[in-house]
Amino acid sequence: MAGTAATGAGPRHHILTVLVENKAGVLARVSSLFARRGFNIYSLAVAPTDDERFSRITIVVDVESSPLEQVTKQLFKLINVVKISELDPADAVEREMMMVTVNAEPGTRGQVIELVDVFQGRIVDVGHSELTVELAGPPSKLDDFEDLMRAYGISALQRTGRVALPRLERQAQRLPNTGIRSLGKVG
Amino acid sequence: MKLNGGQALIKSLEMEGVEVMFGLPGGAILPVYDPIIDSPIRHILVRHEQGAGHMAEGYAHATGRPGVAMVTSGPGATNIVTPLADAMMDSIPMVVITGQVPSAAIGTDAFQECDIIGVTRSVTKHNELITSAQDIPRVIHEAFHIATTGRPGPVLVDIPKDIVDPNNPNSAMDWYWPDSVDLPGYKPTVKGHPRMIREAAKLISEAQRPVIYAGGGILKARAAEALRELAELTGISVVTTLMARGAFPDSHPLCLGMPGMHGNYTAITSMQQSDLLIALGSRFDDRVTGKVGAFAPGAKIIHVDVDPAELGKVRRPDVPIVGDCKAVIEELIKEVRQLQATAAESGGIAQPDRAPWDAQLKQWQAQFPLHYDQGWNEGDALKPQFCIEMLRDNSPEDTIVVSGVGQHQMWSSQFWRFNHPYTWINSGGLGTMGFAVPAAVGAKVGMPGRTVWAIDGDGCFQMTAQELVTASAERIPVKVAILNNAYLGMVRQWQELFYEERYSEVYLSPDLPDYKMWAEAMGCVGMRVEHPDEVVPAIEKANSIDDRPVVIDFRVDWTEKVYPMVAAGTSNDNVILGPEMGEGGH
Repeated sequence: MAGTAATGAGPRHHILTVLVENKAGVLARVSSLFARRGFNIYSLAVAPTDDERFSRITIVVDVESSPLEQVTKQLFKLINVVKISELDPADAVEREMMMVTVNAEPGTRGQVIELVDVFQGRIVDVGHSELTVELAGPPSKLDDFEDLMRAYGISALQRTGRVALPRLERQAQRLPNTGIRSLGKVG
Repeated sequence: MKLNGGQALIKSLEMEGVEVMFGLPGGAILPVYDPIIDSPIRHILVRHEQGAGHMAEGYAHATGRPGVAMVTSGPGATNIVTPLADAMMDSIPMVVITGQVPSAAIGTDAFQECDIIGVTRSVTKHNELITSAQDIPRVIHEAFHIATTGRPGPVLVDIPKDIVDPNNPNSAMDWYWPDSVDLPGYKPTVKGHPRMIREAAKLISEAQRPVIYAGGGILKARAAEALRELAELTGISVVTTLMARGAFPDSHPLCLGMPGMHGNYTAITSMQQSDLLIALGSRFDDRVTGKVGAFAPGAKIIHVDVDPAELGKVRRPDVPIVGDCKAVIEELIKEVRQLQATAAESGGIAQPDRAPWDAQLKQWQAQFPLHYDQGWNEGDALKPQFCIEMLRDNSPEDTIVVSGVGQHQMWSSQFWRFNHPYTWINSGGLGTMGFAVPAAVGAKVGMPGRTVWAIDGDGCFQMTAQELVTASAERIPVKVAILNNAYLGMVRQWQELFYEERYSEVYLSPDLPDYKMWAEAMGCVGMRVEHPDEVVPAIEKANSIDDRPVVIDFRVDWTEKVYPMVAAGTSNDNVILGPEMGEGGH
């Protein structure tokens, strides 16, 4: 628990998974701790866990490590926060889902469908001159697909924000560096 | 047993052992006020909701029991936001109950509606909107549990009118009292980690220039006795922060007094030059550390706090210990005894020779005492420090002193001799002007047998003086010493030192208002003191009055400044001892 207020790591992606009580207002409590310090939340996903009393919030933020550690400690202090872990992106499986409506005139429709196939996406709606595509996968794959679709003309795009879990084999072996820095409540 | 929500709320407070609550009714909370008539709980009707909050804080400070305040929705609730923020900063256990518009009207901009849960989210330890009358006992029980355990703090419970109004079917409930709390995310650590405690004992046994840096957490943990035992066992001197005055007796030879921006030279410098700081329930506040990068540069840090977020927040500790101060100190004492016994058995010495360090501390104390000059010639101005010393010397030793915020607060913390815990009550973290009068009322309610003196500034007094009406009406005989220098004195001091004597908006006037007449209008005895030889007789008279509040308007020297001083943002190596050293300190 030793503080690292004196160390200054550069800005980078941090993934926090926060297990909270499934109650009204909890998301506002969590997000306001970031807002208070002017930290922008890059993405955020919330849903109930297998136990309906709890929800898991996955937060991605771009901040330096030392201020994040202080926010994390403040998050523990929220009465409704049960557990919090920081996942190292290198040791986590991250997934995100995206829906995108892309221009697909008769002349280009074939190309779009081909790319959807390559990326293993699914066409979920078809209009006269547009297609809506669903794509799930690692965030970088979604980024690549988004870049390719931009050439055809995107008229609407919605991403869910990422969810993440630690990679299994490392956790199972209980190596010293498990990829999860368990910051769970002391005691 | 069938009850309505209002009855269940009051009964829940009774179950929590609440003896007194401070509040002011209004539309949304009206149904809860009806069962108060039939309850043994004493309700004190304040004149402004801020007063209710600070009274609850003063009560909690003095007694260690949670303070309780109850107000209505909207403006009633927003008026108590400042006390909530104050209690949050100073870790005061407090439960505030606010009325809310009926459930169906929430979010419609109804009359006297305010989203007080949203407003107070960052100034409470926890807050909760109760949505069903059946939940009232559970939520109240949880509120008291959260407010009083771990790091104490304020909890706000917001109650829509429909669930407490007997005329509304939503208020029906079956009474129960929970025998436990189910808060999966809230399990404060009490016991310190044994390995860390051993590490701490080892550092203590090796240190040549150790200092105990005692903070308000000592008082919250009821650890004053344990602290004294640790200090005497190890022979280590103790500084007591603004929030910890009284946690270690000022009369004790190991007491160095208060560190920080207006601390004494020895306390500040001992920390600067120490090789080990044992921080017990203190939080490295900027007013204590000065420029953080230059604070105690050669010191290793043992940091004990019940709140893990404090460890490493400002200064990285060498030995972090999460736990209750009392529990940890008691374990630490055992470890130190063990080390001493082992050293004695092997014929070694338990610790390095600290005589040079102790001699250095004594030399600083002799060389740099606090000082002021009260002149006795015709026309010599009355010094505020003299008034405080005379109050101190002519009042019972266990007098509870309550202050507002500013110069009078610093002089009180410097010149009073605090020899008992829980005798000093002030607003440390938030720095809330106007805290003194209502907090003194709350303290006196909690400790009716004790003399309670509010030492206040003229600026502070004007912010909350109306609560003396409450004190008169409720026969709560507090005493108020206004150190009236006709200025917002601390701001004036900064303008003098750092803004080239450009005095912007700090003059208040010595006699507008007329404090004596104002006190009398509020049912108090009012006195005015202008000359040094009038001070003691006025204090003696005030101390002899026990049937109503007393206010003394001390007309003090407006030019007097608080010294020593470490200018904001500078290193604690640069202690300005007095005006002769100028603003730079060199």
